[in-house]
Amino acid sequence: MGHLIPPSILPYVLPVVYGVVIVAVLPLMAGYIVLLERKVMADMQARLGPMRVGPHGLLQPIADAVKLLLKEDIIPEKADKLMFWVAPLVSVTMALLAYSAMPFGPAFQIADLNVGLLFILAVSSLGIYGIVLGGWASNSHYSLLGALRSAAQLVSYETAAGLGLVSALLLAGSLSLKDIVQAQYDQGEWFVFSVPIGFFIYLVGSIAETNRAPFDLPEAESELVAGYMTEYSGFRWSLYFLAEYANMIIVAGIATTLFLGGWLRPFPRFADHLPGTSVEIMDAIPGLVFLGVAAYCFWLAPKQPVKIQRIVMATVGGLCLALAGAMAAALFAPEGVRQGVYGGFWFLVKVMAYLYAFLWIRFTFPRYRFDQLMRLGWRFLIPLALVNLIAVATARVASEEWGWYPRITMILATIFTLAVALWLASRDQKHEPATETAGGD
Amino acid sequence: MAPVPLDNEFVERLKVKFGNAIREATLDRKQAIVNVEAMRLREISRYCRDEEKFDMLVDLTAVDWPNREKRFDVIVILYSFQKNERVRLKTHLGDGELVPSLCEVWPAANWLERECFDMFGIVFEGHPNLKRILLPEEWEGHPLRKDYDILKQDTAWVRENLGIESGQ
Amino acid sequence: MTDTRTSGLSNVETTVLGADEIILNMGPQHPSTHGVLRVKLKLDGERVVDSECIIGYLHRGVEKIAEHRSYQQFAPYVDRMDYVAAVSNGLGYCEAVEKLLGAEAPPRARVVRTILTELQRIASHLLWLGTHALDIGALTPVFYCFREREEILKIFEKYCGARLTTHAFRIGGLQYETYDGFESDVKRFCEDFTHRIDEYETLLTENRIWVGRTKGVGILSAADAIALGVTGPVLRASGVKWDLRKAMPYAAYADYQFDIPTRPTGDTYDRYIVRMEEMRQSQRICLQAIENIPAGAIMAKVGKVLKPPPGEVYHSIEAPKGELGYYIVSDGTTQAYRVRVRPPSFINLQAFDRMARGSLVADVVAIIGTIDIVLGEVDR
Repeated sequence: MGHLIPPSILPYVLPVVYGVVIVAVLPLMAGYIVLLERKVMADMQARLGPMRVGPHGLLQPIADAVKLLLKEDIIPEKADKLMFWVAPLVSVTMALLAYSAMPFGPAFQIADLNVGLLFILAVSSLGIYGIVLGGWASNSHYSLLGALRSAAQLVSYETAAGLGLVSALLLAGSLSLKDIVQAQYDQGEWFVFSVPIGFFIYLVGSIAETNRAPFDLPEAESELVAGYMTEYSGFRWSLYFLAEYANMIIVAGIATTLFLGGWLRPFPRFADHLPGTSVEIMDAIPGLVFLGVAAYCFWLAPKQPVKIQRIVMATVGGLCLALAGAMAAALFAPEGVRQGVYGGFWFLVKVMAYLYAFLWIRFTFPRYRFDQLMRLGWRFLIPLALVNLIAVATARVASEEWGWYPRITMILATIFTLAVALWLASRDQKHEPATETAGGD
Repeated sequence: MAPVPLDNEFVERLKVKFGNAIREATLDRKQAIVNVEAMRLREISRYCRDEEKFDMLVDLTAVDWPNREKRFDVIVILYSFQKNERVRLKTHLGDGELVPSLCEVWPAANWLERECFDMFGIVFEGHPNLKRILLPEEWEGHPLRKDYDILKQDTAWVRENLGIESGQ
Repeated sequence: MTDTRTSGLSNVETTVLGADEIILNMGPQHPSTHGVLRVKLKLDGERVVDSECIIGYLHRGVEKIAEHRSYQQFAPYVDRMDYVAAVSNGLGYCEAVEKLLGAEAPPRARVVRTILTELQRIASHLLWLGTHALDIGALTPVFYCFREREEILKIFEKYCGARLTTHAFRIGGLQYETYDGFESDVKRFCEDFTHRIDEYETLLTENRIWVGRTKGVGILSAADAIALGVTGPVLRASGVKWDLRKAMPYAAYADYQFDIPTRPTGDTYDRYIVRMEEMRQSQRICLQAIENIPAGAIMAKVGKVLKPPPGEVYHSIEAPKGELGYYIVSDGTTQAYRVRVRPPSFINLQAFDRMARGSLVADVVAIIGTIDIVLGEVDR
């Protein structure tokens, strides 16, 4: 194959292919994540969710996409037309650009930058321009206010999230995402176990960064101040929406790479083999997982009330069986392919788990009021992140320069940061100004 | 079942304090009703609130008796938390006569008096903001008066504001 | 200099007056005003300086209609005022007319009325809880609350055929005998309900975000509450321990043990706690009542044509929203001369201005929700 392609463009072929795959798959994936969100929401609310469009609502995202594309394109009369057109583009472009440095597996990465993490954070921050421009271009007093609030929220929480990330970086020693995962392999454990507070800070920061509940005041319908998306409808709105979900996946991807071990399986260094074969025991898990899901689908299939549902359930079971087969086949494939397949599997599982946490939190908690949100960011999260950073840095110095046992230093650092967190939280409660008592006259 | 005259200590005290302003006191279905002079309603209410401890205004409404010379009855229902009792103050009012507003005594009277004004056309003197509350501000007519037919509407307002011909 | 700008939303319109003050208009169509309520807020930056509620969008002239219907014919109209708690409206009206007539419902009817009214109180509070939580951003409790409310509405449907506007009671007692399985349905519901309420409490009561959004918001002092004529859970949350079911018992309440929850501060959080506790107490009353429903007639002998002797009466009950009163004047004919409804939501809504002054715009929605109004009752 290498002979057919001129050597000058060979290094660009694979990245372009990956890029095309991502841009093609991402909108579909974002749509299905929306469907997943609606189904998970429904499950938590004791109901079923979309069921009509396609079996179990599986074609709902397609229907939504078609509807949005067919909607009338309304631009407010006095809106700044150029900015109105550009704003969602900025958001989407920045969101998609961040995917270029994200490693989805050991080999699936468009560009292995040596400053990969910095690049992704920088590009995500640029996405805020899309929001502010959108609010400005709407020529609406309240859209602008909503956009500025969104921007303020994003900036504040990105600071905190970034500091949380740096605490994991101290353990990794490199900004290249591939190296970070490699460091987790070398150290034999995911960073979430070494710096759990850092993970927590990043979790909260990332929820606020993507405008998700409980930090979604700018988007909420029942509030008085309209959000930046108010004047957008149809395709433009779907671009913003796509940007939001793409951001969610990026943020989940970063968390997975930094804290959850990227494409590593749990216990990455536990290399015991099945007796008599060259197959590592832990590598059999993906196949077994799919086998289990397939068995569950086949068990459920006869219990469905309607024939089409029985057929669909059986088909899903069959698909899972095929995937299980693929996973098993990968056991005997050459090293690169096997690592790629399993790496992709574990990466996806972790990203999905992180996103599930997002959804779970969204449907459990009420919404923060804007001033409470900002207070939480600046008076709790950022100080905590700074303290965490210093604690982790001290722990590293202690273990490397002074020779203390690394696990002990990290545990001490965590306990110290936890104590500071509890102190900050209690101090916050006392200082929160109550609204002025009514009846001033 | 017919109303019987009421003559207990409370009525005695009222008569002592306000003399002729207390016209009549009856007991109808075991509920006390005291008929007072319209112009002194505010004083009497304040006395009831402060001295007799009727601290809550329960309701303020009106009834229209068009065949009477003083066609309106303004009803004020009070409740005392301490005594766990209610009393009803009633005054007779002619069409166009003023009655003092009770807003200074109980802020609760604000909307209640506006509703009386809206529905009956009774003007409460001293009310800070006496305009219609349930009907639109430009509506003509006072619906709960007995001469306002049940099917009647302010057709001009309907035509102008809703753009339809009233079907009634 | 005034300058009117409209944002794209039809329900948000602003007028800029001079330096800092803005008038913000909410409604009458708005997701959070719980009906057609229009609120005009004068804002100084983020704080509410003044507010005005404009009502009357749902005014249907119920009191005028009452003058042209016989007493029995008017009973279904009464349900449509507080349409969320129709059974309570019916109870108040029927008892008021019975007082006017000098009749009394038989013991069996009184106990069944009590059970149904307490179930309705739970249903009304559940709807309040779900919608209030939804306004503050908790997306899940509303579905759980409606799931429980569904059980209650099923009981009503089996009893009288209707879920919402039930017309459950008649003047003089009940029309329908309780159905087979009424006691077991109510008992099963009440027993399940305990751990459902615990579920809602787990989600909300200790939740930092919920507490942060509701504590200190919309404070109403006891003196203000009494001066404004506020009744019901709002009054009890301001510290005044008063409930008509204990002060002037009606139906069968005198026979049952229950507590009156009160809270000291009168903020939104306290009103939430009071209503949650009231649901528990209602369940307690139901369980006591269902143990022992007396046998006997369900209807007093009041005759088919009702002509109460001339006179007037005021009778009120503790509806879920506050003191619901009926002032009925009879002139001796089959039609009432005047029916006045003392609407708790109307009078409680007057307190909105007092509660909202000095609070932030983002809290206005929470304050409207916490008063628990139904526009059908506010406007009649």
